[in-house]
Amino acid sequence: MKKSPKIALIGNPNAGKSSLFNSLTGLRQKTGNFPGVTMDKLIGKWNLETGTEAEILDLPGIYSIYPKSVDEQVVINILANPQHPDYPDMAIVVADASNLKRNLLLFSQVRDLGIPTVLALNMIDVAENSGIVINSFKLAKELNVEVAEVNAKKGIGLNGLRLAVNKTLEQRFNSNDSLPVEYSPELIDEIKEKYGDTDDYHALLWLSEHDNLKQFDTEQRVGFDKLQEKYGWNSKKFQAQETVSRYAVLNEIVDGCLHQIPVEDEPVKTWTDRLDKVFLHQFWGYFVFLGILFLMFQAVFTWAAYPQDLIDNGVAWLNQYLKDTLPESQLVNLLTDGLIAGIGGVVVFVPQIVFLFLFISLLEETGYMSRVMFIMDKLMRRFGLNGKSVVPLISGVACAVPAIMSTRSIGSWKDRLITIMVTPLMSCSARLPIYTVLIALVVPEKSTLFGIFSLQGVALFGLYLLGFGMAILSAWILKVVLKAKERSYFIMELPSYKGPRFKHIMISLLNSTKAFVFEAGKIIVAISIVLWVMASYGPGNAMQEAEQKVKTENPTLTGADLENKIAAQKLESSYAGHFGKVLEPAIKPLGYDWKIGIALLTSFAAREVFVGTMSTIYSLGGEVDDENTTVMNRMRAEINPETGKPMYDAALGFSLMIFYAFAMQCMSTLATTYRETKSWRYPAIQLVYMTTLAYLSAFIVYQLLK
Amino acid sequence: MRTVADLKIGEKGVIVSFSDELLSLKLLEMGCLPGTQVTMTHIAPFGDPIAVKVSGYVLSMRKDEASTIVVA
Repeated sequence: MKKSPKIALIGNPNAGKSSLFNSLTGLRQKTGNFPGVTMDKLIGKWNLETGTEAEILDLPGIYSIYPKSVDEQVVINILANPQHPDYPDMAIVVADASNLKRNLLLFSQVRDLGIPTVLALNMIDVAENSGIVINSFKLAKELNVEVAEVNAKKGIGLNGLRLAVNKTLEQRFNSNDSLPVEYSPELIDEIKEKYGDTDDYHALLWLSEHDNLKQFDTEQRVGFDKLQEKYGWNSKKFQAQETVSRYAVLNEIVDGCLHQIPVEDEPVKTWTDRLDKVFLHQFWGYFVFLGILFLMFQAVFTWAAYPQDLIDNGVAWLNQYLKDTLPESQLVNLLTDGLIAGIGGVVVFVPQIVFLFLFISLLEETGYMSRVMFIMDKLMRRFGLNGKSVVPLISGVACAVPAIMSTRSIGSWKDRLITIMVTPLMSCSARLPIYTVLIALVVPEKSTLFGIFSLQGVALFGLYLLGFGMAILSAWILKVVLKAKERSYFIMELPSYKGPRFKHIMISLLNSTKAFVFEAGKIIVAISIVLWVMASYGPGNAMQEAEQKVKTENPTLTGADLENKIAAQKLESSYAGHFGKVLEPAIKPLGYDWKIGIALLTSFAAREVFVGTMSTIYSLGGEVDDENTTVMNRMRAEINPETGKPMYDAALGFSLMIFYAFAMQCMSTLATTYRETKSWRYPAIQLVYMTTLAYLSAFIVYQLLK
Repeated sequence: MRTVADLKIGEKGVIVSFSDELLSLKLLEMGCLPGTQVTMTHIAPFGDPIAVKVSGYVLSMRKDEASTIVVA
C-alpha cells in the first residue's frame, strides 16, 4: 500500500460531501489551488491506520462526469487524466441514500473510469423518514464494491468507512469490464493508438469531452474532431444513451436492495414544505429576503463597531507607545507610520468581514440561497442576469474575488460574463472602512431618520443600494451590447432546509478570513512601505531644502508647531507629494487635493489602502498629540487652504464616497476576472468602464453639492 | 402535447419523452427519466421558474425548460 494514498471525495451537490470532509479531517485541512485554475482546492489528512495517513481531496459537487458548468470541469479535468498530479489513488463517492438512483449514476461512472471506489451511503436517516430502507450488504454485493453507512453530519460510521477504504486499497479491485453502452471497438483502438493506452471508458470520455479537457492541445483536439467525423460520432447522443442504459442497470440493482414502505398518498408536510410556503411566496418571499439583507447590514454596521473601535484605539495606542519608548530613528518611523498604520487599516475591518462571511455562509448552508435564486430568476433575467447571479452579487458585498469565482455555477457564458463584469460594483468590504471614515466625517452622528434609523446607517445602506443599482443598470446595458445566442438554463436542485453545521461554518469562516487578511495584508504592507519611503524622501536634497525653507520663513516658530510645519512641507516636497501634485489638475474638478491624489494612486491596486494611506499621510504631516491620534480626527482637523473651512465637507465627502463606490481599484479582482475569462480584454474593459463611471459620477456629485 | 409546464400545483404527470436533445441529457442526469412521476410543487412569484418533485427531491427549472418534458 502507498504510504499516503490520495483519496478523492466525489458526490452530487448536497449529498453531504463537505460534511464528510470536515468530519474526516477536522482542522487538519488546508486550501490550495488547482493548477491553472483559481478554484480553492481543499486537502485534508485522515489517519487510516497506524502509519498510514491518507490525503483527502474535496472535489466540487457534480451530477455526472459530463460537465455542464466551469466548476464541474475542474473535476473532470482531474478524473479524465491519469497523469494529473491530483489524480486519486481511490475515490469515496458520497451518496444521498434518500435519492439513491440519481447518486449511483455518478458512482457507476467513476467506478467505470477504473478508479478503486468506496460507496459512502449518507443521509440514511432522511431516507428512513420517507419510508426507504436500504439493504447495504446486498447493494455492496450487487455493485461489487465496499459500501459504508455513514452519518457525515454527526461523524458516525467513520470506522466502517476506514475499514472499507483499507480493504479497497489492499485488494486493488478491477473495474467493470463491460460498459452498459455500445460503441465501435475500431474507434476505441484508434483512440488508444493515437492518444496512449487507456481503458475504454477513458477513451470514450476523451473523445466526447476533448474540447473541455486541458490535457489535449489544439492539434490533438482537431484529431478527435476528425475521428468523430469519421465514425459519425455524436457526443450528446452517446451521453444520453449511456445515461439511460446506466439507469436501466441501476434500476434493477436498486429495486432489489431497496424496500419502500408505502407512505400515504398525501405525505406529511415536512418542514421544508412549510418554510417554502413562506419563502417562495409572491409577497412574503421578497419581504423575508429584504428583511434578511437589511438585518445583515444593520448587524455588520452596529455589531462590528465595538471590536472595530477596540482595534482602532489599540493600533493608535501601540503606535504612540512605540514612538514614546523606542529611540527616534528612521527605522522606528517606518515601523510606526508606515507598517503599523497600514496594517491597522486592514485589521480594523476584519470584524465586518467576519460578519459578512458569516451571514453568507449561513444562507448557503441552510439551503435558503437557492430559494433566493428561485424567486429572483425572472427579475434578474430582465437585466441580462440569471437567478444564479444573486449569489455572486450578494457575495460581492464581502469580496469580489470569491464572488467572481462563484459565478462558475452559472452554465451560460453570456450570463456568467455579465455577472463577472458587474459584480465589482457591489460595495465590497474593502470599501466599508472608506465609507465608515467618510460618513463619520460628513454625516452628523446624532441625526436620525423618522427617529429610529441613524442617518449614518441610512447613508451606508444608500451607498450599498447605489452600488447594486449601478450593477443592475450596467448588466442591462451589457445585455443589449453583447449578442450571444447561447441558451442559459436553470435546472437545479432545491435542497431541503438543513440546520447550519457550526463546525462547518466556523472552518469556512476561518479559511476565508485568513485568506482575505493575508492576501490583502501582503499588498498593504508592500504599499505601505513604498508609500512611506516615497513620502519620506524627495528628489535631490529637497527634504533638507524644505526644512530650511520653513525655518527661514518662520523664524519665530519653535517646538511642536515648527516640527509640524516642517513635516507638512517635507511631505509636499517628497516623491509622493510630487506624484500627488502631478495628479492634482485632473482631480481638482472632483474636489480633491494632492494629498487625496496620493491616496488615489496608492489605492489603485487595492482600495483598502486608502484609509491606511490617509493614516500615513496625516501622521507624517499632522500634529501628534493624544486627541489627534486616530486618522478620523486628523482628517476632521484638516483645513482647506483656499476657503479656510474644514477640508472634508459634504461635497468632498460624498464625491469621494461615490468615486470609491464605482472605481475599479483592486488588482486581485482584475486578476480574478482575467483568470475566469481567460482574456485580458474583460479586465481591461472592467477597469476602463468603472473608472470612467467613478470619475464622472464624483464630478457631478461634487459640482452639485459644492 | 402536454408538458410539465402545463401542470398545476399539486398535479402529477409521468414523463414520456423529451423534445430538446441538448436539455434532455441534463434532465436525465438529474433523475428525470421516462416513466418517472413528476409533481408540480412550486411556481415562482412571476409564474417562472417552477419546481417539481421528481425521484424524491425538488428540482427547479424555467418554464421553457419544463415545456420540453412531455408528460402523460
